[in-house]
Amino acid sequence: MTTLAEYRASRELLGNLTQRELRGKYKRSALGWAWSLINPLALAVMFTFVFGVVFQARLAPVGNTELEGITAYPLFLLCGLLPWAFLANGVNGGIGALVANSNLVKKVYFPREILLGANTLALLVSLLIEMSVLGVALLLFGNVWLQFLPLILVVVALQSVFVTGIGLLLSALNVYFRDVQHFVGIGLQLWFYATPVIYPITLLGNIADREFLGISLLSYYKLNPMTAFVEMYHQMLFFLQWPDWELFLYATFCSFAMLAFGLYVFKKLEPRFAEEL
Amino acid sequence: MTALVSTARSKGRDRGAAVRVEGVSKRFRLYQERNQTLKAAMMRGGRATYEDFWALRDVSFEIPTGGVFGLIGQNGSGKSTLLKCMAKILTPDEGRITVNGKISALLELGAGFHQELSGRENVYLNGSILGLSRKEIDRKFDEIVDFAGLDQFIDTPVKNYSSGMYVRLGFSVAINVDPDVLLVDEVLAVGDEAFQRKCDEKFADLRDAGKTIIVVSHSLSTVRTMCDEAAWLEHGVVKEIGVPGLLIEKYVENTHVERVAAEGGGSRWGTGQARVEKVELLDEHGDPVLRVRAGAPATLRFHYETQGPIVKPVFGFGIHRIDGTHATGVNSRETIVPDRIEGTGHVDFAMAALPLVQGSYDVTVAIVDDSNLHTFDYRTKALRFDVGSGRPREAEGVFAIDGRWSFES
Ligand SMILES: Nc1ncnc2c1ncn2[C@@H]1O[C@H](COP(=O)(O)OP(=O)(O)OP(=O)(O)O)[C@@H](O)[C@H]1O
Ligand SMILES: [Mg+2]
Repeated sequence: MTTLAEYRASRELLGNLTQRELRGKYKRSALGWAWSLINPLALAVMFTFVFGVVFQARLAPVGNTELEGITAYPLFLLCGLLPWAFLANGVNGGIGALVANSNLVKKVYFPREILLGANTLALLVSLLIEMSVLGVALLLFGNVWLQFLPLILVVVALQSVFVTGIGLLLSALNVYFRDVQHFVGIGLQLWFYATPVIYPITLLGNIADREFLGISLLSYYKLNPMTAFVEMYHQMLFFLQWPDWELFLYATFCSFAMLAFGLYVFKKLEPRFAEEL
Repeated sequence: MTALVSTARSKGRDRGAAVRVEGVSKRFRLYQERNQTLKAAMMRGGRATYEDFWALRDVSFEIPTGGVFGLIGQNGSGKSTLLKCMAKILTPDEGRITVNGKISALLELGAGFHQELSGRENVYLNGSILGLSRKEIDRKFDEIVDFAGLDQFIDTPVKNYSSGMYVRLGFSVAINVDPDVLLVDEVLAVGDEAFQRKCDEKFADLRDAGKTIIVVSHSLSTVRTMCDEAAWLEHGVVKEIGVPGLLIEKYVENTHVERVAAEGGGSRWGTGQARVEKVELLDEHGDPVLRVRAGAPATLRFHYETQGPIVKPVFGFGIHRIDGTHATGVNSRETIVPDRIEGTGHVDFAMAALPLVQGSYDVTVAIVDDSNLHTFDYRTKALRFDVGSGRPREAEGVFAIDGRWSFES
């Protein structure tokens, strides 16, 4: 049993493992930390070219946003893309967290969940840096989002809980079935397009109103917790609106449910980790 | 010295067991075909094909607080598995293990280091895994690096370490976190001579501080000299627990390893008119033992039996280190030569302080007549005994020279 006291004693370890992740990530790369920004920027440029220039798509002005024209789309995109990258990297890193640290798991005892915590924390640090840069850019373009800052931080915290939950679940399964990581590769692709990252949710238009089993497709679409997260980021950072409270409640519910489920499965499988790795 | 040790041990008993193992069983799954894919699992209908293998079966014993406890057994007998269960790395399927105090483990090769990180970063990482705060590690850092002797390499990634360096650093961290219980699995052999001596000293310090050390080793001589008590595992079952000397004799007897070097491997010749039937080593209480501490009082007792009267017999014995070095040899000619002996009896050679240094020794014994013309019995390796570390703790060579230091300035 992992006791509360053990967790407390492991705070130090969590810090050290997080630092290790952060240091190890860009070790031996010339640009180092800059990659953390270059990746989303490259994606933003790519999607802007495809949608903004080739398809000539324009965002309909909604809410209080000051943004319009050619700069609007990439900024809109980044508001959702950065949190999405947090999820995707969190999932990918989470799956491998136990396998990659098998050397530790097999040789020393410590609460194994910490590895997932460190994975999330390290990515959270990157996310906060990236979001700060984006935030400054938004301000420069006239979108004053600062009043939403406290709530944004809460949403980020919720998303961290969500990511950790998925990480716990997948990392434990991956110890037993190594093809979890391949499934997840495909799953993430689908999930990406099922989330309003590169398009606004309003774009779904009439398709969304069609019904399946008496329920509108939009309702199914909104079952996706990432839709709730990304929508909230969009609403606060880009459209400068308070997010819908249903979204917030749903995201909260999903995060803690995911954490509980992930932890449950993790604990179930944990006793044999050291020997199965 | 022995008295000191025994009080220390009984005091330890009062404080309760350092580790209590109660009915522990551990089962591994042996997969017929290790196929960690979903497809394989589905083709098997969701059930993996594996056989259960019990690496430990209903193991129960207590390790008293204070002192060194050894685990011996053949390859695959479950020693490492047991240590890993103690360290909570593996979870027993049945039974439970209670450890009193902070535990620190150094298991097989590798201390759970991260290959890409430098020695320094790994010290901090490992230290925090073992429950030290950054401040505590800061305080101990120099000591750790110094003990490992790796000052120059401390900022090199550990993947570039030699296996000896790796173990040294791991050991240094594990031992410097001040554990109450230290688990060491077959790693010390990798260090060089100098490092092993350092480890022995550190063990002695820990023991003096009332800490408990549990070692797994295939080096029986290490177990003999280092351990106060040992357990013998066979196929996951505790075969016996006891004093290392006796236990090892039985183990060797049973497993046919190192038989040549063991007792009974000696040779014997002589007329047989008088024979030394048995050689015993007695501790200060007069109890036969197979292990004494350096510098402790000890007596060698030679039981003889004659056929008819023997006139003016001379008893002599020699002590050899097990590597064959002749440590000493004396006889009774110049001190006491009885006119005659007959039947059975014994001759004692008492030592106020055994001058041998830590190690294992063989006794060769002989009965000759006064003129040295007849050898009644000459028996090599009549007894093997161990000398544990004692006073002086640090001594090299064969014997501990007696003398007094004094300084003048
Ligand atoms: N993860 C594992 N999966 C399956 N079997 C295992 C596993 N670990 C150990 N075993 C088996 O358990 C048995 C005991 O292994 P263990 O490592 O405890 O032996 P040992 O006494 O330490 O041996 P050695 O002297 O060689 O170190 C062996 O038969 C080994 O094959
Ligand atoms: Mg072993």
